[in-house]
Amino acid sequence: MTNVETVGSKLQSEGGYFQVFSSRHSSLLPTLAALAILIMLFIGAEIFLRGDFISPGNISALLLDNAYLVILAVGMTFVIVTAGIDLSVGSVMAFTGIWLAKLLEAGTSPALAIPAIIVGGALIGLLIGVLVQFFDVQPFIASLAGLFLARGLAFVVSLSSIKVETASVLWLQSTRIRLGDWYITPTGILALLVVFAGAYVMQYTRFGRTTYAVGGNQQAALMGLKVPRTTVAVYVISGVCGGLAGLVLTAYSGAGYPRNGVGTELDVIAAVVIGGTVLTGGRGYVLGSLVGVFVYGTIKSIISFMGAEQSWMQIVIGALLLLFIVVQRAIVARSNRRT
Amino acid sequence: MKHRLFWPVVALVSLILINTIARSQFASITVRDDRLYGALIDILRQSAPLMLVSLGMTIVIATRGIDLSVGAVMAVSGAVALTIIDDATDPNSLGTVMVAVGAAILVSLVLGVWNGFLVSALGIQPIIATLVLMLAGRGVALLITEGFITTVNSTPFSFISTGYVLLLPVAFFIWVAAVAVVGLIERRTALGVLTEAVGINPEASRLAGVRSTGIIWTAYAASAVLAGIAGVIYASNIRAADANAAGQFIELYAILAVVLGGTSLMGGKFSIAGTVVGVLIIQTLESTILFLGVPSAQSPVFFAIVVVVVVIIQSPNLHRVLRNTFRTTRSAGPGEPTSDAGAAG
Repeated sequence: MTNVETVGSKLQSEGGYFQVFSSRHSSLLPTLAALAILIMLFIGAEIFLRGDFISPGNISALLLDNAYLVILAVGMTFVIVTAGIDLSVGSVMAFTGIWLAKLLEAGTSPALAIPAIIVGGALIGLLIGVLVQFFDVQPFIASLAGLFLARGLAFVVSLSSIKVETASVLWLQSTRIRLGDWYITPTGILALLVVFAGAYVMQYTRFGRTTYAVGGNQQAALMGLKVPRTTVAVYVISGVCGGLAGLVLTAYSGAGYPRNGVGTELDVIAAVVIGGTVLTGGRGYVLGSLVGVFVYGTIKSIISFMGAEQSWMQIVIGALLLLFIVVQRAIVARSNRRT
Repeated sequence: MKHRLFWPVVALVSLILINTIARSQFASITVRDDRLYGALIDILRQSAPLMLVSLGMTIVIATRGIDLSVGAVMAVSGAVALTIIDDATDPNSLGTVMVAVGAAILVSLVLGVWNGFLVSALGIQPIIATLVLMLAGRGVALLITEGFITTVNSTPFSFISTGYVLLLPVAFFIWVAAVAVVGLIERRTALGVLTEAVGINPEASRLAGVRSTGIIWTAYAASAVLAGIAGVIYASNIRAADANAAGQFIELYAILAVVLGGTSLMGGKFSIAGTVVGVLIIQTLESTILFLGVPSAQSPVFFAIVVVVVVIIQSPNLHRVLRNTFRTTRSAGPGEPTSDAGAAG
């Protein structure tokens, strides 16, 4: 009782709406910060670089160029919310991408090839999930095995790149659905569908709530939640996203290449963290990860506009990641003190 | 049998045996021009960078941490050394090379102190704290080399990785010296015990008066210095600073080596000898895969299988299940019969 009163009177005395908001939605703050940074990046680029940075074409291209990252980030968000990590996503994308190209080259119908590669991605995710859940392997190591496996398999499928000439796959990329100067490709639509499906599952289903509970507290099983099933499922989801990203990237580049996506897992983790998902689990939003990927993509295009070397990209992303981790650390520490 | 190095050593010896049976020249060592030649000597020479990185990784993991930035530190270190040698008037002078190597190691130390600051002073999760440098480090290395692959021709510098002293490669002596120094410091002083204490229970050891902040900080600094030396050896071997390729995936192989050597990723008890065996297993496996004619790009599949088998054998859950299954036989020493059964499967 007294606690409630003191908190209430403190809020009244300081009277800040912001304080009320921030204490109630502390887990939302990093995501809002990411959104603010995204807007600042846009405005800054518009002012300092050239007048036409904020243009429909540019923003449309942002989604088009980063569609595969968006899809991977959705899967990664699920995993990180359970306090896990999935290092395999870049390699799974490479493996499923080159496998798709190989299948199509051999004359397999896309209606068969695309489900096949998604199942392939899901199986690697299943392996990781089973290792994590039933053999008590740390997610880091289990997904490391997944990384090695998928990367090796990518090279087993083919040592060099394979061009894709199947019309229906290229259609995913070449079709531009226009609305004035805005456009979106089927790959972009696919990415957005994955985001909305992910956000819905996370926020409005029993499975989503269990996911948060598992990351928030390993003893969630005591509350009758199906922890084992959920833990395995998040890695399978990440694997499926890896398969979808493989499809999107292969359509995007018009070829499968076994060396694709080296280090992509780090970009994805960085984007997810920037988007406000906390690496210790229990907090995070799929929509935040979408914002995170856009921040990442915007920095990338600003750097290429400026004609600066790509090395700056790595440094800026590293610095931004650091900034967000420190902010998250402060927020988590503060909310822990409150409870 | 009870010794925890038993299974790693068995794995290494059987790998060597399989190789010897499959190709008779594997175990043969010949002397030519005051040098020993042979596949085994190659393994000892080539394992130097991974050995140094894994040593540092062992200490960091013992504190319940992890250092993902080692590959990036290697890239920075190589870039610093080669840029100094490249800019020097006389790349062949010993002084230049010593200055370059010294500067490279110093820069690595600074990077390690940075990692240690993030982890021990700011309390950021090790995976993420070192991820920052892992991402940014290669960018820094690219800036140092100005985006080019700097190549040099410097006899003293090449000597570091390709030279021979007393029949054996210099690189081999470097890693043996590093193992000896780290082993002595960790096992002949209290530092090793304190490190394990921090890894087993950071809070309890802090209350017991262990200055855990300093110990964790030192671990990351040591890891980066060792990675820096590894970066110099790598650069010396290819006579170039390749900011993208230097030390790529080495953090993963180093973690694998540490785990193979029996050190738990949960921190606490660590085994330097185990890590040495772990690195030799990886290097021998790599050589075996190459011998089998598998393209080296496909070798990760083998490592994946090794990782999966090793972690399943080490899994406490499997031990419990097997123990329950075999309980009817008789309750022998805790865990012993189960690890037999686990390894057989």
